[in-house]
Amino acid sequence: MKFAVCVSQVPDTTTKVKIGSDGKTIDPAGVTYIINPYDEFAVEAALQLKEKNGGETIVISVGSDKNKEAIKKAYAMGIEKGILIKTEAEMDSYTVARNLADVLKDINADVVFFGKQSIDYDDSQVGNLTAEMLGIPSISVVVSLNLEGSKLICEREIEGGKEVVESVLPAAICAQRGLNNPRYPNLKGIMAAKSKPIEERQPTYTENKTEVLTMTLPKPKAKGKIVGTDASAVPELVKLLREEAKVI
Amino acid sequence: MSKVLAFVESRDNKIKNAGFETASTALKIANELGAEAEVLLIGSGVSSITAELGAYGIKKVITADDPRLEKYSTTAYSKILAEAAKQRGADIIILSATAMGKDISARVSAKMEAGMASDCTDIRTENGNIIATRPVYAGKAYIDLKVNSPVKIFTLRPNVFKPVKADGVSAEAEKFEVNLDDSDFKVQVKEIIVSSEKLDVTEANIVVSGGRGLKGPENFYLVEDLAKVLGGAAGASRAIVDAGWRPHDDQVGQTGKTVSPSLYIAVGISGAIQHLAGMSSSKCIVAINKDKDAPIFQIADYGIVGDAIEIMPVLIEECKKVLSN
Ligand SMILES: Cc1cc2nc3c(=O)[nH]c(=O)nc-3n(C[C@H](O)[C@H](O)[C@H](O)COP(=O)(O)OP(=O)(O)OC[C@H]3O[C@@H](n4cnc5c(N)ncnc54)[C@H](O)[C@@H]3O)c2cc1C
Ligand SMILES: Nc1ncnc2c1ncn2[C@@H]1O[C@H](COP(=O)(O)O)[C@@H](O)[C@H]1O
Repeated sequence: MKFAVCVSQVPDTTTKVKIGSDGKTIDPAGVTYIINPYDEFAVEAALQLKEKNGGETIVISVGSDKNKEAIKKAYAMGIEKGILIKTEAEMDSYTVARNLADVLKDINADVVFFGKQSIDYDDSQVGNLTAEMLGIPSISVVVSLNLEGSKLICEREIEGGKEVVESVLPAAICAQRGLNNPRYPNLKGIMAAKSKPIEERQPTYTENKTEVLTMTLPKPKAKGKIVGTDASAVPELVKLLREEAKVI
Repeated sequence: MSKVLAFVESRDNKIKNAGFETASTALKIANELGAEAEVLLIGSGVSSITAELGAYGIKKVITADDPRLEKYSTTAYSKILAEAAKQRGADIIILSATAMGKDISARVSAKMEAGMASDCTDIRTENGNIIATRPVYAGKAYIDLKVNSPVKIFTLRPNVFKPVKADGVSAEAEKFEVNLDDSDFKVQVKEIIVSSEKLDVTEANIVVSGGRGLKGPENFYLVEDLAKVLGGAAGASRAIVDAGWRPHDDQVGQTGKTVSPSLYIAVGISGAIQHLAGMSSSKCIVAINKDKDAPIFQIADYGIVGDAIEIMPVLIEECKKVLSN
């Protein structure tokens, strides 16, 4: 069987966001980039299916040279092959998905894995977009997964519970935290990943459907009111919530 | 001439709160553009609930009502939305950014070659263009964006947009005939496991969340009791989810749920950036923490610097007293 994983490279969660000089994107100076955390669950899921069912694994990323680090992380965890669709352009989700779908349509993977969302633009779109472009079903926010013959049986998180979802293959899965515990690459894996080649391709589609007009920082909140330092402050707090904030 | 189509989510033939928010916002945008707004309901038996939308000023409700649509199917539902939009001539499609809305919208985006602004916290018109505002980098920044494709899709963060009632409007229902065959059900929900009958944090108007400052799982009842008194839901920081005090379902934050209630009360939560990612768009934030330098106080509107174990029982009693008046 064939398992593909799509990974992105994103600013670390602790990044302090500064707006870049174009006023539309962040200033990358001093930012540490990591593989998108949800994509580690996707990589782990692909590896587990491969270990159980045999077959091959491949990782794909759309982005600049910095995305090679995400591919190498996937290599270090055990993925065998990697493709970078190399671009310096800012692509929106639609455009990223088009490029992924163009590469994936020749790969014919049985399962294509994505993360639930990439933590830069928090879109939660690319997995389902790509699946639709490939004409295959998709299951998003997946927290458990079983391959039974030619059927996938998954649980996905919804408001107030979970859905048990059944899908035919080929299918796309968008991994949520809880699906598994991503393995730590061992030293041998990390060393091997360093020298493993990454195939580079040109983007096939570059036109965006959305346009960022401005990026702004959230308005700083007026300093909150410290009502007190013990339980004696409670009546005052409740009064404020009722009369000033009018929320209870 | 534009036309707006809102997909309104229902479960077991009950329209979700987020659905009314979406219908109202669709109507507002349509009015600003001098366009019409219609609502699409999908399910089995949804024809019986169309009237409720009249109360929100919706004049036309399209229903895809079919027994095979009782349980959600990504492939079938997205096909219906795309086909209904084409048939109705809708070029603006609005959904809620719920688990279902996110799931459908991206597939419709691909089907209709439509650009999408997802999880918007504001949408408005400027000179006939729709401008959407949405958080990025877990709420550490916001972008204003425009969709340039002929068909445009917007998903709205639940609990941010207000449903607005309108008097004297009755919703006319029209059946949308869909051709569905087995290949449209390549993926389908078989069963729904309700985690409990409790209110989900993403759907609650008031959320009380607890963190490690509660000292142990035996004290979590303080959070649950306050949530109950206020008619809200109980949430949790990742620290106590990881420690096994609470299910992952309750986790608020970057790797948990994003909430925007009108009131968020953080009890014994430090306010790590990943926690803030899930709740910073709440309208009013209250923090109870014994450390005056805890980062949560930087975004709190009100705070008490003190011991939660001592303060919470008093707060619960005071709220009970005040709310019973
Ligand atoms: C990739 C990644 C993703 C993450 N995702 C999330 C997420 O989705 N959600 C999330 O919440 N976290 C997330 N985290 C974890 C986050 O960084 C914090 O570790 C976590 O939020 C801390 O939880 P806490 O505030 O309960 O605990 P702590 O940070 O330990 O804070 C406890 C607080 O309680 C206060 N306190 C102690 N005793 C008392 C008392 N008696 N009365 C009142 N206050 C008291 C302390 O002053 C302190 O501020 C993530 C981390 C990473 C790296
Ligand atoms: N540039 C990219 N290259 C490869 N995969 C991506 C890229 N961007 C997003 N993805 C995949 O799509 C998922 C959802 O991303 P998003 O829709 O951007 O939130 C991610 O977790 C990745 O699996």
